[in-house]
Amino acid sequence: MNNTKMKKGGLGEEIKVLMKTRVRDYAMYIALAAIFIIFAACTGGAFLSPRNLTNLINQTGYIAVMAVAMTLVLIICEIDLSVGYMAGFLGAVAAIMMIRMGINMWIVIAAVLALGVFFGVMKGLIVTKMGVPAFVTTLAFEFIFRGLLSLITSESGTIPIGIDSFNAISNGFVPDIGDIAGMHSLSLVVGAAAIVLVVYFQIKRRKNMQHYHFDVLSKPMFAAKLIFMSVLIGVVAVILAQYRGLSWTIVIVAIVTLVYHFIMEKTRLGRYIYGIGGNSEAAALAGISVSRIRLLVFASMGLMTALGGILFASRLQSASTTAGAGFELDAIAACYIGGTSTSGGIGKVTNTIIGALVIMSLTNGLNLMGVGIAYQYVVKGIIFIIAVAFDVMNRK
Amino acid sequence: MNDYILEMRGITKTFPGVRALDNVNFKVKRGEIHCLVGENGAGKSTLMKVLSGVYKFGSYSGDIVYDGEVQRFMSTKDSENAGIAIINQELALIPDLTIYENIFFGHEIMRPSGRTIDWNQTIVAAEKLLDKVRLDVNPSWKIRELGVGKQQLVEIAKALSKKAKLLILDEPTASLNENDSQNLLKLLRDLKEEGVTSIMISHRLKEVVNIADTITVLRDGATICSINGRDGKVEEGEIIKYMVGREIENVYPRREDVRHGDVALELRDWTVYDPSAERVILNHVSLKVHKGEVVGLSGLMGAGRTELALSVFGNNPHYKLLGGEIYVEGKRVRFKEPKDAMRAGIAYVSEDRKHNGLILIQDIKFNVTLPNLEAIENGVVVNANEEIIQVNKYKDSLNIKTPSIAQKVGNLSGGNQQKVQIAKWLFAEPKVLILDEPTRGIDVGAKYEIYTIINRLVSEGYSVIMISSDLPEVLGMSDHIYVMSEGTITGELSAEEANEHNVMRMATKTEEVCNE
Ligand SMILES: Nc1ncnc2c1ncn2[C@@H]1O[C@H](COP(=O)(O)OP(=O)(O)OP(=O)(O)O)[C@@H](O)[C@H]1O
Ligand SMILES: [Mg+2]
Repeated sequence: MNNTKMKKGGLGEEIKVLMKTRVRDYAMYIALAAIFIIFAACTGGAFLSPRNLTNLINQTGYIAVMAVAMTLVLIICEIDLSVGYMAGFLGAVAAIMMIRMGINMWIVIAAVLALGVFFGVMKGLIVTKMGVPAFVTTLAFEFIFRGLLSLITSESGTIPIGIDSFNAISNGFVPDIGDIAGMHSLSLVVGAAAIVLVVYFQIKRRKNMQHYHFDVLSKPMFAAKLIFMSVLIGVVAVILAQYRGLSWTIVIVAIVTLVYHFIMEKTRLGRYIYGIGGNSEAAALAGISVSRIRLLVFASMGLMTALGGILFASRLQSASTTAGAGFELDAIAACYIGGTSTSGGIGKVTNTIIGALVIMSLTNGLNLMGVGIAYQYVVKGIIFIIAVAFDVMNRK
Repeated sequence: MNDYILEMRGITKTFPGVRALDNVNFKVKRGEIHCLVGENGAGKSTLMKVLSGVYKFGSYSGDIVYDGEVQRFMSTKDSENAGIAIINQELALIPDLTIYENIFFGHEIMRPSGRTIDWNQTIVAAEKLLDKVRLDVNPSWKIRELGVGKQQLVEIAKALSKKAKLLILDEPTASLNENDSQNLLKLLRDLKEEGVTSIMISHRLKEVVNIADTITVLRDGATICSINGRDGKVEEGEIIKYMVGREIENVYPRREDVRHGDVALELRDWTVYDPSAERVILNHVSLKVHKGEVVGLSGLMGAGRTELALSVFGNNPHYKLLGGEIYVEGKRVRFKEPKDAMRAGIAYVSEDRKHNGLILIQDIKFNVTLPNLEAIENGVVVNANEEIIQVNKYKDSLNIKTPSIAQKVGNLSGGNQQKVQIAKWLFAEPKVLILDEPTRGIDVGAKYEIYTIINRLVSEGYSVIMISSDLPEVLGMSDHIYVMSEGTITGELSAEEANEHNVMRMATKTEEVCNE
């Protein structure tokens, strides 16, 4: 993982080298910590209450799943600006199918996901087969979805969704298995399991790297890293446990993230995606069907946009005429904050999740402070530019 | 007379994990042609980047004394102002701008008002400069339309436009054919007459011996020696010894006489039209490659060899196939995209490693295994351990100089990047391997390795098509040679028949002569 050869300069030297070469990887944690501290101070601790943090995590869900797929889109040097209203539109479609047509919720979810893939493929085809730049194609689709959303919600306005099981997706919690010291035990158990797994895989990986004589972090640095990760997971688990335990949103986001992480890190498809992003000419000459994979990436974006739309509709327990506005910016910002390169080829879905947390902490904290939505847009725009500028300057 | 234009003293430059230069001393006399040689990764390019301010003052230790003064270049702009111009290993022209725009890019000729560019003056000045570098082209052509050889000359014109007193050329002849190289070397001599000092990095020792007033050898980031080249006593063998620390006797390793088997790949009447250039770039090209055979494809720059390879490989969707057939092992095939060609067992190693070959932001492992990930898959999972084992094998056999195979390819020296490219296609285990300028920018030792691997491949029944502008290499390695000129095959020779004369004659033949 770390190919920096450490001279015998000791820990100080190592930290110096790491700060020089890996600062990009740590920046988002620093940003996250800074945001937490600032909001905790500004809200008199309310920001850090278990209730708010649980809320924050659930709020991050719909952006997180879209941002995960967006990471792939950005890695292959494309972009999708239409995901905001597309999510809003698909959420409204779900609402109409369930409420007006009375179709079973699971069928609706499957249909909407399929519809998402369909739109994704459509965008992908226009980009890959007709050669219209993604920027233009998806900007146009943003208008189309915005129009469609207005169309189908125009007579009714906001459509309330009175189906509890649907609304539980973004608001409900996994049934608990009993209490430990007044806390919800399931999240504690899951948190503990996650820590054990992370530590196990990290140690295994380090051993393996050493076996093949790659440079690895020195023992103290590695230990520090493990402790940091464990504490992070532990704190989240305890906070959740203090409120209502594990939410369904977390389960969904975790599954999505794990699947994408697995694909990107472990499979041929992931390699191809990174390869295309790094140099699509070279990738094509290496025998990769570049256009097919670009199409696939757009399709996956469509799927996750549909999921995001469902999560959002479920969270608001309704579909509205303006649902989804600005989600694309949040999703893209999450990727860039998470270290996805603006010139493609580099990015990690796990880091994107952190990026999504940064963005949603901002939203959440500003809401908590009573800052108006107008100011929030301005703040987010500025943060977005800072994140990208930081990235660009760091890669020079 | 102590007239050194340049003295670099005790230069040390490190990258994370690599000590590229270790206390290097380097002195250049005013008005000489100084050649810098050494193995791939010895630190030649790095030293020149330190000199020209690419790596700014403070990022290295040691002193640069130029024109009697210690210099602190913070950027290439600073070194240019001091009269130092560098032409990098990877050319830095902008393909879609014209020649004259490129030459004066960054120091445009302004109108007296000082606000707008005086294009008329620019074109006139560009014409003069092109004349000086003996490049007979219209300055308003786009760079894209020029071959590499001509681009190189444009780079020199650009350097001259900055009134350079010290010209640094990093492997200028690597991608040039014999003619263009001679042309360039002659130009350097002329510039020398005018008082321009040149530092030239090259792996072509023959030309080094020919042109150098002084030769400095670098090895593993340290100066080994400086040899006076003017006495005419210097021999290539001697330089090689200093470079690699041992002697290499036979540049082209002999291979056992192999029985050539069936036809592995055949082209019949391959005719291709390029709409963007609006001309037929390949005209009724037919050739045969047998199993266990090295077929050399010789010709001048622009003869259509790369276009032939690319059109066969199915790469360029814009090319229009006007006619012709491909047969692989006797069966007619059609390739829509490179993937189809690879399925059929054909691999193409690009001459343009930066754009078509490598993914510079990824590491060595990633690049090498990319075309053949199937080979190291465990179910759907890429087996990372197997990958490391396999790639390490190539790292050792090709002697890729790097701290680890997790190093980003973009951080490797030019020659080592080329080795990664070769490793990548060897790993793909094709039946027919098309190598386009495989040894460009590669040091003598590594060339020998690559030739040895080619020999091993053919002895195992693989076939190799070698496109090369290095005539001795084609002659030394091929069983059979096809010569191309202006998109047609102008001659076909067996290894015994071929010599520099008849190959060059065929390569300069024009279409009318051979077609009628
Ligand atoms: N940006 C970089 N980051 C890390 N290592 C680098 C970087 N640039 C060069 N190196 C390393 O420094 C060493 C010297 O490289 P350099 O490019 O100077 O070699 P060279 O003598 O020009 O070789 P070649 O003949 O192949 O061009 C190599 O080991 C290379 O891997
Ligand atoms: Mg070099």
